[in-house]
Amino acid sequence: MAIKLGKLVFAVLAILFLVAPLIAILPLAFTSSVILTYPIPSWSLRWFEELFTADAWRRAIINSLIIGTGTTLLATVLGTAASLGLRNRLIFFRGSIRTLFLLPMVVPAVVLGVGMQVLLARFGLANSYAGVIIAHTVVAVPFVVVSITGALAGIDERVERAAESLGASPATVFRRVTLPLAMPGVLSGAVLAFATSLDEVVLTLFVAGPNQRTLARQMFSSIRENISPAIAAAAFLFIAATLLVGFVVVLSRFMLRKRQQA
Amino acid sequence: MAEFIRFDRITKFYGPLCVVENLDLGIDKGEFVSLLGPSGSGKTTILMMLAGFEQPTAGTILLDGVAINDVPTHKRDMGVVFQSYALFPHMSVGENVAFPLQMRGMGKAEIGERVARALDMVQLSALADRRPSQLSGGQQQRVALSRALVFEPRVVLMDEPLGALDKQLREQMQLDIRDLHRRLGLTIVFVTHDQSEALTMSDRVAVFNKGKIEQIGTPRQVYDEPATRFVAEFIGETNLVEGVVETVQGEEATVRLPSGVQIVSAISGAVTSGQPVLLSIRPERVDLTETRGEARNVLETEVTDSVYQGDHLRVQLQNAAHPLIAKLGRKSREFQPGTKVYAAFSARDCRVVAS
Repeated sequence: MAIKLGKLVFAVLAILFLVAPLIAILPLAFTSSVILTYPIPSWSLRWFEELFTADAWRRAIINSLIIGTGTTLLATVLGTAASLGLRNRLIFFRGSIRTLFLLPMVVPAVVLGVGMQVLLARFGLANSYAGVIIAHTVVAVPFVVVSITGALAGIDERVERAAESLGASPATVFRRVTLPLAMPGVLSGAVLAFATSLDEVVLTLFVAGPNQRTLARQMFSSIRENISPAIAAAAFLFIAATLLVGFVVVLSRFMLRKRQQA
Repeated sequence: MAEFIRFDRITKFYGPLCVVENLDLGIDKGEFVSLLGPSGSGKTTILMMLAGFEQPTAGTILLDGVAINDVPTHKRDMGVVFQSYALFPHMSVGENVAFPLQMRGMGKAEIGERVARALDMVQLSALADRRPSQLSGGQQQRVALSRALVFEPRVVLMDEPLGALDKQLREQMQLDIRDLHRRLGLTIVFVTHDQSEALTMSDRVAVFNKGKIEQIGTPRQVYDEPATRFVAEFIGETNLVEGVVETVQGEEATVRLPSGVQIVSAISGAVTSGQPVLLSIRPERVDLTETRGEARNVLETEVTDSVYQGDHLRVQLQNAAHPLIAKLGRKSREFQPGTKVYAAFSARDCRVVAS
């Protein structure tokens, strides 16, 4: 009994430890005060208004959406292609190549950022949307690869062989059988890619110019310049968007599974 | 009948491992041929090469006189049925069966009509809108079967399609497939490790061992006239008794057993006198009598055990030199252990195989 209670208390404390920063910041989004601090004098939505009307914030939100969408598309396509390639048993050093694809997850972002800036400048892509999208894609691809590789591993190879024997060319097999069956993995991969791009600060600091200021970057700089509760509002927006996207994925996976069974 | 499929000196290596060795095999149009063998005997590899999933290391596969080594799977026009069913989980039963027709660019109306007919053929018309996961194993395999037949392929390949089904269902499906084969005049290549399945369904059975054909022939031939020890042991149950050939006269040989008894037996291949051989005697061909009868071959034995098995009585016997098993019809009387009996069989009911 005591042990059980102990476990419960520990679990609650651990969760609290993880979400404490959120609890600290979220109520401040609704403050009417002009500084980011407790206590909250009264409730207001003025900082959300600020977020959508102030030019810097509005631009940041739009930039985040543009870069996030671009990253999602590029990373999903590349990640899908990589996962399909990694399925081929005839590839030499398959394990090593797979590890290579996952490397950006563990390489320090600072190192990547420096290298990326030098490289992009060389190709004339510094301070451009394309540059930021490429940089974000590098760190997003591993998540896509992990997600889609898992989904592909769940596909019975004989199902694809059956399709081939029934007259489907390799391209048709991919379109009609492999891709639909891997769809849940592709979807989660895409969402992870979008989330990664949304959240990415370090690389953005290195490669983005003043015109590509993303929401995360804007929060980072404004917390140093003026500690306005607009940051809390932006954080709230962030979390809401993440939850929404996560919910969409869970829902779409559920629908896919239902379609496969119903 | 014209030869339809030909394996011309096919060899297949997986790395250093030779799985099929110099295979020569011809299959006629409309024929049902089983590739029978234990796992690892190369039978599935042969089927996969015919389907185009694997490439032979050497040799040519001909379909209707044309080499198809370089023809990709999707252009070979062969229906494949897998043991794992391999249905498309994201499509309904009807969509599964329609798939090969869509691949052939058929019109919607014709597809609908053909799918209906194909599902009707396997008695699944009522389940066309279900997902494969909602069907039982037997139903799924019938969907796979109708999907493989709906586009009227030139050859139907089956890779242990009934292996995952329970015994009763399996026997029913054996008869169903046999019936479809006869009605539609299909050419079927059927891989199995189940000898009774091969005997039930096939026009011819090719018995494989270690990548080579041990024997090919009608079910009656491979069962009654096994060419090798492997075939005799793999198909059905048999008594194998060592002996030495004394004389050969035409289709028969006289074999002396270690106990000194002489047995007259049919022979499959060439044997010479003095050659050590094995005699294969099918248990159900052995008669037990208390007095030495007229039969040409008689062994003096003692009953060690007798087991009633419903449809037959299984009697274990011990001769001076070797054990023997006899299966007797259900009308046979019981035998008490210790009883001395004569085991008799005709020359036609035993077979000399190389040892």
